[in-house]
Amino acid sequence: MPRRLALRGVALLYLLVILLAPLGMVFYRTFQHGLHPVWQTLSNHFTVHAFEITLIATAIAVPLNAVFGVLCALAIVRRRFRGKGLLNAFIDLPLAVSPVVVGLALYLLYSPRTGWFGSWLFAHGIQVLFALPAIVLATIFVSVPFVAREVIPTLRELGNEQEQAAATLGATRRQRFWLITLPSIRWAVIYGVILTTARCLGEYGAVAVVSGRIEGRTETATTLIDDMIQNFQTGGAYAVAVVLAAIAVVVLILMTLTRPKEEAF
Amino acid sequence: MSIEVRNVTKRFGSFLALDDISLEIPDGSLTAVLGPSGSGKSTLLRIVAGLERPDSGEVRLEGQDATRLAPQRRNVGFVFQHYAAFKHMTVRDNVAFALSIRKRPKHEIRARVDELLELVQLQGFADRYPSRLSGGQRQRMALARALAAEPRVLLLDEPFGALDARVRAELRDWLRRLHEEVHVTTVFVTHDQEEAMEVADQVAVLDQGRLEQVGAPADLYDAPASEFVLRFVGDAVRLGCPHEVVLRRWPGEGAVEVEIERIAVLGADARVDLVDGTGERLTARLRRDELEDLDLGRGEIVWASAEPYSLAADAEAGQTLG
Amino acid sequence: MTASAATPSRRISAGGRASTALSVGVISTFLTVIVVLPIAALVWESKRDGARAFWQTISSPEAVGALELTFGAAFIVVLVNGVLGTITAWVLVRDDFSGKSLVNAVIDLPFALPTIVAGLTLLALYGPGSPVGIDVAFTRTAIVLALCFVTLPFVIRTVQPVLIELDVEMEEAARSLGAGQLTVFRRIVLPNILPGILSGAVLAFARALGEIGSIVLVAGSLPHTEVASVLIFNLIQDGQSAEASAVAMVLLGA
Repeated sequence: MPRRLALRGVALLYLLVILLAPLGMVFYRTFQHGLHPVWQTLSNHFTVHAFEITLIATAIAVPLNAVFGVLCALAIVRRRFRGKGLLNAFIDLPLAVSPVVVGLALYLLYSPRTGWFGSWLFAHGIQVLFALPAIVLATIFVSVPFVAREVIPTLRELGNEQEQAAATLGATRRQRFWLITLPSIRWAVIYGVILTTARCLGEYGAVAVVSGRIEGRTETATTLIDDMIQNFQTGGAYAVAVVLAAIAVVVLILMTLTRPKEEAF
Repeated sequence: MSIEVRNVTKRFGSFLALDDISLEIPDGSLTAVLGPSGSGKSTLLRIVAGLERPDSGEVRLEGQDATRLAPQRRNVGFVFQHYAAFKHMTVRDNVAFALSIRKRPKHEIRARVDELLELVQLQGFADRYPSRLSGGQRQRMALARALAAEPRVLLLDEPFGALDARVRAELRDWLRRLHEEVHVTTVFVTHDQEEAMEVADQVAVLDQGRLEQVGAPADLYDAPASEFVLRFVGDAVRLGCPHEVVLRRWPGEGAVEVEIERIAVLGADARVDLVDGTGERLTARLRRDELEDLDLGRGEIVWASAEPYSLAADAEAGQTLG
Repeated sequence: MTASAATPSRRISAGGRASTALSVGVISTFLTVIVVLPIAALVWESKRDGARAFWQTISSPEAVGALELTFGAAFIVVLVNGVLGTITAWVLVRDDFSGKSLVNAVIDLPFALPTIVAGLTLLALYGPGSPVGIDVAFTRTAIVLALCFVTLPFVIRTVQPVLIELDVEMEEAARSLGAGQLTVFRRIVLPNILPGILSGAVLAFARALGEIGSIVLVAGSLPHTEVASVLIFNLIQDGQSAEASAVAMVLLGA
């Protein structure tokens, strides 16, 4: 009995010390001086713009990666072709690469003077680096794997007998896809989308490298926090952080609700 | 709808699943395709359904060449061993599927679904999800779903294979009665010889991709075309199915002298393994009380005969008190 | 990790070959533009000035220091999270108390929270002005702390399913044969959950190597707290992309 309590205590203490207490601290510090300073920061147009950039990047990356993830899963599980292993490896690559390295790689491609494509694009008036396109590309890169990784095992588990049955009942390929295939993977897709969104909102390292962090132009919410701390605007940083933390809590709730059965304990 | 399979061959890689099979299935019949696992029987069924393509040969439905036709255009109903239920839809939506993709009016769909649910005795389950049904219920739903499209042929791939013995026996009878009511050409695949013999009008026996024999159950028993058919089918048919074998302590018309090899008590029933003068093995199933009345033991000689399961036999059983 | 077997899949229709080619083509193009080309550029750049320059860069004292720190911290963190994560997984699977499902949900927080916010939370509690009087900002301890935060879920989530599948009867059998609790754990449970622990540890290690967001705030880029990712960042800022690529390749290789 005591051993059980001891273990429980150790686990809970660990979580408290590392996760919960720090998180609680942020909420406390933010609202320590009342709501007004918080509101001031959040209504500041630089802040608003930073959130806009974050949201735009997320709004582009999530649907793209969702569609990509579903197509990938269907191809890998249901079709035969050479190079599946390679495809799988590249899908998982973003998980293994440091965000800063991602930023560096994009810099090498799109830098206006020395980039592989950057110079050509720049000559045609298209700026990628230190502008929104680079931020979007970085965000897409880091969030590529999530939907695919959730849908692939689900699809494998399902097999395609339901589609076979639908075929014998007269369903065309399109009908089978929309009425049978997609609905049967919908929870895996939703969970994957939630993970993807969280990753997009939280991206820092790659964006820090490629965005140039130009205030009012290419700041994201995350780089804004960093800059505010550097400029000793701690109150402002906390305000932005609290918003992101609140979103994260919502994300956490959604994750818990939609977690696929095999992973639930 | 009549089905004709002509010289169908199918390989999976180097494995020959079907070897030049030709088979005719008359309109309105109930045919069993019987064989051990690996005999190619499921492959044959799937080729008829259009879920596989033969390497060579033809499939004709009502005289028309349907070999290249996609499954959704063949108007065949297919029932899978593991039900293939649409897990994300209710029972009602499952059964309605064929009709809803044909864009029939809602009231028509509703009426037809209710009708079918009543036919398969799932009336109260319309709004349940398949995960909340038992295996037997799911299979009945699958049947209703297949019938909704008014198929010209009903194909069942080991439909009761995933169910336990008691449910299997119930559904077997039920299928026979359903066929009598609905009269759709039905083909079902099984490895259970008892099932094939009991239910079907015509049995096609497959072994390792080759068609060994086709005929009525009685013909297969009376005149087995090969050693394989003799062995595979004989066991069940020799003196009728186990529960129709009656044992007595004295000879009678059509009775065979047998020695009791083994008696196994299985709950309320007992299974008696017998061997006759030629070395052939048979089984009889008795109720426990019948067994005790006869007071049988190993090594004893008794007389076995096949009798139709009837009240007369039950009355006679009272006379077998030794 | 799932126990049940997948139901068999078969092709329903021929004519799939063209659409397979199409979908594989679309997928490959997307992946190439987004992932493959950038990585290719990185690999190329790291080799640009030749092998000697590569070695020079990564054997420079700054690089060596950063890499040592990175690998060392990652190693420590994996140990800590390996042990504590296993304990936590055990408690979640075998123990029962009110609020357990809440605790289970909280574990995913590092996956949901932006890393920079994570860094800020740690700074708030364990940095200057800390209410508990602990100030480890700009120390190596802070790095370990931050890495613990972001890698917390990995081992727990890989061990949980293994523990759930574990046959309790094995442990009961061992106990009936006279084994004490610790022995049972050491000789029955541990060998069976070890694969789970290891796979979580590998994931955690990889994550820890590349982490940046949570570290920049708590550790900055003082010489003795510069991790590899921060070093790469600084090298990029200084326009030394070849050197940055070299260090990046070391991280990738690991």
